[in-house]
Amino acid sequence: MSDALLSDYFPILVFIAIAGVMAVFMIAASWIIGRQKPDPEKDSAYECGFEAFEDARIKFDVRFYLVAILFIIFDLEVAFLFPWAANLGAVGLFGFWSMMIFLAVLTIGFVYEWKKGALEWE
Amino acid sequence: MIETLVFYMFAIICVASGVLVVTARNPVNSVLFLILAFFNAGGLFVLAGAEFIAMLLIIVYVGAVAVLFMFVVMMLDVTVTELKQGFTKYLPIGLLVTVIFAVEVLGATVAWHMAPEAAANIQAATPAADAVSNTSALGKIIYTNYAYLFQAAGLVLLVAMIGAIVLTHRKRRDSKKQVIAKQLARKASEAVELKKVETGRGI
Repeated sequence: MSDALLSDYFPILVFIAIAGVMAVFMIAASWIIGRQKPDPEKDSAYECGFEAFEDARIKFDVRFYLVAILFIIFDLEVAFLFPWAANLGAVGLFGFWSMMIFLAVLTIGFVYEWKKGALEWE
Repeated sequence: MIETLVFYMFAIICVASGVLVVTARNPVNSVLFLILAFFNAGGLFVLAGAEFIAMLLIIVYVGAVAVLFMFVVMMLDVTVTELKQGFTKYLPIGLLVTVIFAVEVLGATVAWHMAPEAAANIQAATPAADAVSNTSALGKIIYTNYAYLFQAAGLVLLVAMIGAIVLTHRKRRDSKKQVIAKQLARKASEAVELKKVETGRGI
């Protein structure tokens, strides 16, 4: 564990602290300063004038899930690119072609999903 | 000093939100606590000097996996009462799994011996944490010394991609999608027919 690394991250810690204090302050202030006079009508859910018919949780199309999975896969592919790009000089030609094969394998999958129409919404 | 304080802050929030994931009534709240746990685990990784893993945890787990969990929670259409029904029924099995897991973790941490020849069999020496940053330390060995494992990771991603498409992708029969080529290829002679209508007859 290096101290230089941690001192680089100190501003982020300050940001986290400010964000936490800000969030707590806003909720607490509206809780303390605001006048609280609850009654059943105020507390009930208001949706265009009538009670909600059903639960907010409904089954929806599985295609959203497919898009999310494909997003994760390409997200991971890009994540592998970062250390490679940072060390392109150090890993040499072998490291370069290693990544090219990796990209080619995933491009096969990309072509497959493109041809299959998985990226189209219809 | 401040490092220790920050460590305990992250660790306590992480464990507490882990407990809340299990005990929260609303599954959506569980997912949100899971995201909080991921963030704090990321903070712990930064403290351990593994900044690349920390950022990956936030990008991949918070950015993508949590979204998937949210989808699953939404898609399963679970109601809280249904979830709580099997609680007593599954309690013995749950306890059994917990005990086995606890014994295994204790066994692994208390009586952990690294084989003496393991250090000699390692593919590449781990660079000293002070000398290089975490990202370049990883980058130096993943693509060269561990190239086979790296390609295997690529194949796993390929299988995941194809599997997801095979399992969930369906051609929709009822979709009214515009095919421009089809529209342009259409000729007037195929679409329009002129009829001579005699006066007073109709077609």
